[in-house]
Amino acid sequence: MTQFLSLLLNGISLGAIYALIALGFVIIFKASEVVSFTHGSLLLLGAYSIARLSEPLGFLPAVLVGVLITAFAAFLVERLIINRLRGAPVISLAIVTIGVDIILLTELIRQIGPDILNVPHPWGGDSVRIGGVGISENRLIAMGVAGILIVAFFVAFKYSSWGVAMRASAEDGEAAALMGIRQGRVSALAWIVAGVLAAVAALFLVGAPTPGVSAAAYTVALRAFPAAILGGLDSTGGALVGGLLIGITEAMAAGYQEQLSFLGRGFGEVAPYVVMIIVLLVRPSGLFGTKELTRV
Amino acid sequence: MLTVDSLRVTYGGAVEAVRGVSMEVPDRSVVAVLGSNGAGKSTLLRTISGTLRLHRGRVDAGTVRFEDTDLTRRDAGQIVRRGVVQVPEGRRIFGRLTVEENLRAGGMGNRDRAAKAKAVARVHDLFPVLRERAGQRAGLLSGGEQQMLAIGRALMASPRLLLLDEPSLGLAPRVIGQIGEVIAEINRQGTAVLLVEQNATMALGVADRAYVLDVGRVSLSGDARELAATDEVQRLYLGHTGDAPVRREDTAPRRTLSRWTA
Repeated sequence: MTQFLSLLLNGISLGAIYALIALGFVIIFKASEVVSFTHGSLLLLGAYSIARLSEPLGFLPAVLVGVLITAFAAFLVERLIINRLRGAPVISLAIVTIGVDIILLTELIRQIGPDILNVPHPWGGDSVRIGGVGISENRLIAMGVAGILIVAFFVAFKYSSWGVAMRASAEDGEAAALMGIRQGRVSALAWIVAGVLAAVAALFLVGAPTPGVSAAAYTVALRAFPAAILGGLDSTGGALVGGLLIGITEAMAAGYQEQLSFLGRGFGEVAPYVVMIIVLLVRPSGLFGTKELTRV
Repeated sequence: MLTVDSLRVTYGGAVEAVRGVSMEVPDRSVVAVLGSNGAGKSTLLRTISGTLRLHRGRVDAGTVRFEDTDLTRRDAGQIVRRGVVQVPEGRRIFGRLTVEENLRAGGMGNRDRAAKAKAVARVHDLFPVLRERAGQRAGLLSGGEQQMLAIGRALMASPRLLLLDEPSLGLAPRVIGQIGEVIAEINRQGTAVLLVEQNATMALGVADRAYVLDVGRVSLSGDARELAATDEVQRLYLGHTGDAPVRREDTAPRRTLSRWTA
C-alpha cells in the first residue's frame, strides 16, 4: 500500500509537469491550428539556458532569464514562420515545426556536448517523507508550482480578455476577425504562454530524480505529446487529465517493474504510448477532444 | 458615409464575383442590397469588412471609402475600430462560449470602458433575453435568439455603420418581423445600416434606399418604396407575378452557376 501511494504521489507530480507541457501544446493548437513539434527542443532550450546561466547569475535570476529566453524563442517561431504560413495545410505546418525542432535540437546538442549540465536547484536531491510516503523534494515543489500555474492558466483562460479572445478565435476565426479580434496577436500570446510553461516544466524535469540537462531531457519532453493527444488535442482540461494519466502510468509501470518484467525492462518508458493508443482506439478524438479536429 | 466605387473582386484570380459595383450609404440611413444567391452580396460585405483574404479573394479595381479611409487597404481589426462592424451570414456566434462571453468577444475592438458599458446597456435594452441567458452556452439558444446575439455582439463594438448579411436566414416569419423592428430601432439610435437580404419584403420595409445586385452588377437602385413598386422587384423578390409572365429558365441557371459565393 505504501508503495502504491508513493508511486501515485510521484506519478501525480510527474504528471503535473507533463500537464504544463501538454497545456502549451494544446493552446498552440487552438490558437494557430498547428500541431507544434517544436515543443521538445523549446523545453531543452529552457533547461539549457537555466543550467548555463545559473553559474554567472545565480539560481533565481537564471530561472527568470531562462523562462524569458524560451518564451521569446517560441514567440520568434510564431512570428517568423507560423504567422507567415497562416492558412497553409495543417500537415505542412506540422512538418515545418518538425524542421524547426530538428535545427534547434541539433544546435542545442552541439552546445551541450557529451556533458550533463547541472541545474543547482537550491532544494537538493533529498527525499521527504509524508506519512511514510517518499518523494523527492524537487518533485514535491514541482507539484506545488505546477498546480499554481495550472490554476492560474485556467482562471486566465476562463475569465481574461485573452482567454475569451482565444476561445472565440479557436471556435470561428473569421467571425472573431469580424469582431476586431486580432488572430495574430492571440496566436503570438499562445506561443509565449506555451514557452513559459515549457521552461518551467524543464526546470523541474532536469532535477532529482533525473540526473541533469542532457539530450535525454528531450525524450522525456516527448512524453507530453501522448498526454496532449489522449486528452484531446483541442481541450485544455484534457491536457491536464492526460498529463496526470501519463505521469501516473509511467510511475506505476516503473515502480511495478518486477511484476511487469514479462513485458521487458524499461516498460515505464513506453507505457505512456501504450495508454495513448488504447485511449485513441476507444475514443479517436481523445478523452475530451471535439470530434472534428481539422477545420477548413 | 460609405462609398463603394466601381468595385471589382475576384476569387482565386479567376472567378469574378463583383463586376463594377458602385453604391453609397448616407449618414444615418438604412440601405438594402437585394439579390439572389451568387449575386455578389456576401462578397461586397467581405470587401467592406476586410475578410476577403480569408476566402482567397482580391480587389482588382475600385475603392471602398468609409468617410476618409480607403477600407481596401485596412485589415479587419482596423475596420472594426473605425466603426464598421459586420453580422456575418448564418450568425456565426461562438456556440461553446456563453452568451455573456460572446458579447465580451464582440467588445474586444472597443477600448473605451465607458463606451463598452453603454454598449452592454444598449444590447440588454434591445434584447432583454440576452441578459436572462447571460450564463448559458450560446449554442443552446434558439435560431432567433442566436440572431439577436449575433446582432448584439456586433453592437458591442459601438459601430457607426452596421453591416447585416441575411439576418432573416432560416428564421420563422414572426421572428423575421422582430428582426426588422430591431434594425429600425438600431437605426433610430443613430447607427447607419447596410442590410443584405434575400427577403425583400422585410428589407424594403426598413430601408430608405435599395440596390438590386444581379451576377455582380447593380441592376436596379433607388428609393426603397419606389423600388418595391417596380415590376422587376415585384416579380423576382416579392413573389407577385406582374403583367409579364415569368420565364423560370431566365433565373434558375444563374443561381446554380454562382452558388459558391454564398
